[in-house]
Amino acid sequence: MSGTDLTRSATGVGGRTDSLVRYVFFACAALSVLTTVGIIVVLLEGSVEFFRTVSVFEFLTGTEWSPLIEPVSYGVLPLVWGTLVITVGSALIALPVGTATAIYLSEYANPGVRSVVKPILEVLAGIPTIVYGFFALSFITPQLQRVLPWEVGTFNAAAGAIVVGVMIIPMVSSLSEDAMHAVPDELREGAYGLGATRYEVSTDVVLPAAVSGILASYVLALSRAIGETMAVTLAAGMAPQFTTSPLEPIQTMTAYMVQIGISDVSVGSIGYQSLFAVGLTLFVMTFSMNVASIWIRSRYREEYR
Amino acid sequence: MSDTGPAIETSIEAETDTARGDSGGVDQQTAETVLSARDLEVFYGDERALKPVNAEITEKKVTAIIGPSGCGKSTFLRSINRMNDMIDVCRVTGELRFKGKNVYDEDVDPVALRRKVGMVFQKPNPFPKSIYDNVAYGLKIQGKDGDRDAQVEEALRRAALWDEVKAKLDASGLDLSGGQQQRLCIARAIAPDPEVILMDEPASALDPVATAQIEDLIEELSRDYTVVIVTHNMQQAARISDRTMVFLTGGELAAFDDTQAIFENPKSQRVEDYITGKFG
Ligand SMILES: Nc1ncnc2c1ncn2[C@@H]1O[C@H](COP(=O)(O)OP(=O)(O)O)[C@@H](O)[C@H]1O
Ligand SMILES: [Mg+2]
Repeated sequence: MSGTDLTRSATGVGGRTDSLVRYVFFACAALSVLTTVGIIVVLLEGSVEFFRTVSVFEFLTGTEWSPLIEPVSYGVLPLVWGTLVITVGSALIALPVGTATAIYLSEYANPGVRSVVKPILEVLAGIPTIVYGFFALSFITPQLQRVLPWEVGTFNAAAGAIVVGVMIIPMVSSLSEDAMHAVPDELREGAYGLGATRYEVSTDVVLPAAVSGILASYVLALSRAIGETMAVTLAAGMAPQFTTSPLEPIQTMTAYMVQIGISDVSVGSIGYQSLFAVGLTLFVMTFSMNVASIWIRSRYREEYR
Repeated sequence: MSDTGPAIETSIEAETDTARGDSGGVDQQTAETVLSARDLEVFYGDERALKPVNAEITEKKVTAIIGPSGCGKSTFLRSINRMNDMIDVCRVTGELRFKGKNVYDEDVDPVALRRKVGMVFQKPNPFPKSIYDNVAYGLKIQGKDGDRDAQVEEALRRAALWDEVKAKLDASGLDLSGGQQQRLCIARAIAPDPEVILMDEPASALDPVATAQIEDLIEELSRDYTVVIVTHNMQQAARISDRTMVFLTGGELAAFDDTQAIFENPKSQRVEDYITGKFG
């Protein structure tokens, strides 16, 4: 019987090339997974060394961070505080401004304006963060010093929070705009047809329908703020302290890691090991934020069909 | 005509009142005409979607709009409540008078207009909110006072949906079936008590049973409201409407008469060809 030959050898398609390609793709995917695993292992190993000397309790509850100057003390809270100040401060700026920008672009701007502004936002997001830090040092802080009646340090938390806030606005606005843009026009028409104003359509219909994407953009932006390094190191300084004044210098976890990274502490010393403990703390924080973002997406998935 | 509530203060209302006093502005305006188009033309960019339309739509009747697809039915319907404003390239000339007032006048706020002219769309589009909040939304934004629960119930009853949803008013509107969603959208549109309800092929996405329910509902609604309904289904137009507008390709209003006359005794050959299925 001379049926059509459908084997691989007959058609010349697929075969060896196809499975080779498959392995290449798999290797690429595996690479990033392995990197992540590698980072976690390194952080854990270093941290274990560190916690042989300093107890986890002391590390997590101590209020004095003085790793290099005698008497040494390894309470991580001042660094966590510094990171929180920057994160909360920048969120206060970036979430409202970013959301408003997204609403403007999605609901108010005509297509011409949108097609110009969106790419600009994306360029802003691509500027190296050290440039932002330099901008804070050379522009924001001098302006604060000029405008505010109080004494403002060369390094201060406010400048750090402002510059990180500005830095993450594009992330919030761009991702939120994507989410709002994806809301079907039928929903808007339903509201306009009832006599809703543009503002009512935006806040009552589009925002709730896009809430999962918007919240996810918030979480990603916050996690970016937590992990932000160069801009805050340059703007907010290297003074680990509990201070409620945003005009004084602070130190974030990331800034401390830079400080140790460029200092001459010897490999294997306790100061060096503290790098891993702080890094692990940071990792846990940003990792939980990303998990939160995934949870939010699944929790609020079906807002419209 | 349903009495206009106290909360509605629109330029349309004010203008209508002055127009009534000044009989010169409302010539040919019989007591029953709610909407009248005069040389109404609609363009998308350079493309003309509607040739000059002249038509008077009567109060508390069902007016059906039929015609082949792409002939401008939706365009005409959406020019009544100025939903076309949302389309950048869309331009309207001529007049569309709602109770004597040209809705394309400078001083007309489309938001105010749409509060008097409700709309139901082709694809059911409930908000991603609870059933209750869907119906209450129009009442809320229009600042209608009164017993909100009672108003929501009333609207759901009129939309023949109450019995099916009264036990789950907090459930999402999206959890309902397609037919129920469309009745929810009708309840949402009638809750603020508009004067005119525009429907753009409201049953085209529904199964026969749900379609029949919607048709019954439309007849019911015409007791209190002026209903203008686009349909691609001629039997449906014949069943539910009092008057029928026939648009033909190119955006031409080829006939507008009592439904019976349109179907039994069409005045032009082209309309007859369309109705008997020779084209379209
Ligand atoms: N948003 C739009 N932009 C450009 N042209 C449009 C738009 N909407 C409709 N048209 C055009 O206007 C004509 C009438 O469309 P429409 O009113 O939707 O027809 P119908 O509802 O009778 O099917 C069609 O030729 C269509 O292509
Ligand atoms: Mg249509």
